[in-house]
Amino acid sequence: MDTKSRALLIDVKRCIGCRACVAACKQAHGFPGGDEDTKLSATAYTALVDKSDDVHVRSLCMHCLTPSCASVCPVGALQKTAAGPVEYDAARCLGCRYCMVACPWSVPRYEWKALAPSVRKCDFCRERLEKGEAPACVEACPVEATVIGTREELLAEAHRRIAEDPQGYHPHVYGETEAGGTSVLFLSPVPFEALGFRQGLGSEPLPGLTWQALEKIPGVVTIGGTALYAVWWITHRREEVARAAQEAGHAR
Amino acid sequence: MRVEARRLTPWRIVFLLLLASGLVVAATRYMRGLGAVTNLSDQFPWGLWIGFDVLCGVGLAAGGFTITTAVYVLNAKRFEPIVRPTVLTAFLGYLLVIAALLLDLGRPWNLWRPIVLWNPRSVMFEVAWCVMLYTTVLSLEFSGMVFEKLGWRRAQRIQRAVVLPLVIAGALLSTLHQSSLGSLYLIVPGKLHALWYTPLLPVMFFLSAIAAGLAMIIVESRLSSRAFGRRLETPLLADVGRILFAALLVFGVTRVYDLVHRGTLGLAFEATPAALLFQLEFLMGVLLPLLLLSRPEVRRNGRALYASALLVVMGFVVNRLNVSITGFEAALGGHYVPAWSELAVTLMLVALGFAAFGLAVRHLPVYPEERAAALAPR
Repeated sequence: MDTKSRALLIDVKRCIGCRACVAACKQAHGFPGGDEDTKLSATAYTALVDKSDDVHVRSLCMHCLTPSCASVCPVGALQKTAAGPVEYDAARCLGCRYCMVACPWSVPRYEWKALAPSVRKCDFCRERLEKGEAPACVEACPVEATVIGTREELLAEAHRRIAEDPQGYHPHVYGETEAGGTSVLFLSPVPFEALGFRQGLGSEPLPGLTWQALEKIPGVVTIGGTALYAVWWITHRREEVARAAQEAGHAR
Repeated sequence: MRVEARRLTPWRIVFLLLLASGLVVAATRYMRGLGAVTNLSDQFPWGLWIGFDVLCGVGLAAGGFTITTAVYVLNAKRFEPIVRPTVLTAFLGYLLVIAALLLDLGRPWNLWRPIVLWNPRSVMFEVAWCVMLYTTVLSLEFSGMVFEKLGWRRAQRIQRAVVLPLVIAGALLSTLHQSSLGSLYLIVPGKLHALWYTPLLPVMFFLSAIAAGLAMIIVESRLSSRAFGRRLETPLLADVGRILFAALLVFGVTRVYDLVHRGTLGLAFEATPAALLFQLEFLMGVLLPLLLLSRPEVRRNGRALYASALLVVMGFVVNRLNVSITGFEAALGGHYVPAWSELAVTLMLVALGFAAFGLAVRHLPVYPEERAAALAPR
């Protein structure tokens, strides 16, 4: 992974629940509505849920280091880029929606009413990033609850915050190892389970599970093909012998 | 002949009604989008059309490769009379799967894209290629019947000369994509219920498809004997029943062994919807038909054999719907129930399959009697 690859660190402890990130995201993408979203949708790339009076949790694409969505897409419409984002190219898409099934966090949304529907999810404000600007949510946050940096920097920063305030933080950076690691990292004052974050994902990238099956294909084809031919040769040998014997009989 | 085709029998009225309602829904889908006719959601992006039309359609067509392999590779000549009806079923099955995909894909005009845009790490990419290639193989296997009907001797000779490579290619392609339909779900541990999620998903899909494909041969023979008065001999079908028993036994033992091995068998006896659905799938589709098919008098009795095979098919359908839909409900905390309009499309496709099969039986040398008649000197 490129060390220049951009990542986000979201500190749930810092978040004041002002919803500015939700509103800024909508504005940056030209989506209708204000800042009310509590669930991701085709027109809400991020959403904010109030778990309690002072615990507010954002949801958005985790921009995995080894994304399931990119691995399963038959036409490569989703790609992890060197800059950090997992990008979606609607022009390639078939609309099979396997990415939505495969995503460990069920993030991608679909334009169910559209005639040429696209998969919708956080694009890491790719255009702003290319201009050297921070994503809209980062820029809008008044308390730096969401910050941008390289993944290494942000992991160091996250562990520094935990070390400085071990009472205040749950001692785990969500996204450091989950499903092989993500480019969106979370810090929380309470265990992530209490926030409803998916547990038990392990630290191995999920596409490895598929590869274990796919890598067997060349073997199945070569060995299977040869075996079938060999079986045919054996099962039809008897007939050949009989026919040869008959011909020999005629010749005599 | 033409007069007969115009008569409106009750079945023809049912067919026309299903066709009409399906076409209305299909038109609405293309004019107003998937959301207008389906209950699909961001939570359940795959519904009845993938779970039944595609997963079951492909699985139930598996007889096409098992029987051709038995006859042409294993030299089990006694099954030769089954080859044509089975190849016909498989070919129609795959055409209907493609029709379903054209409705289900968000951008169906891009269906051909995997030919040029490659992602070899994607199971869906592999399935797409296998289905395209295998449908081609099936069309070539099917072409023999058409050539015979048309009396194109040269084409027939060429077709016969390439049958072995076609059959071997078909067996390989089928092994790959029948199992890969299961591999599709390898990437969702934790989302798919542990009664169905296993690293052996590809093996499960392959083994269950073999059993279901064989069961379909028995079901289809019974139905066509009633509809067209044409049928396969009882001893032959009894033999298929015996192989079905063996295939089902292998699947059942693998399934239970896997559950025990992973320590998840206990989940099957909990008071959860998932456990109930598992019990339904396993008792109806595996255990009961195994008990029935183990008895020679069942295998030799047309009606009992048909009932056993029908159980296998129904259990298979429940299994595929469990893997693709209900197995996700616990983890996602929601439900998906198909809309009537989704059902209308599925029923239309099934009806089209029946109608096309009937048409082919009427006009092509599918069953042995016709072949004998066609070969007899005029």
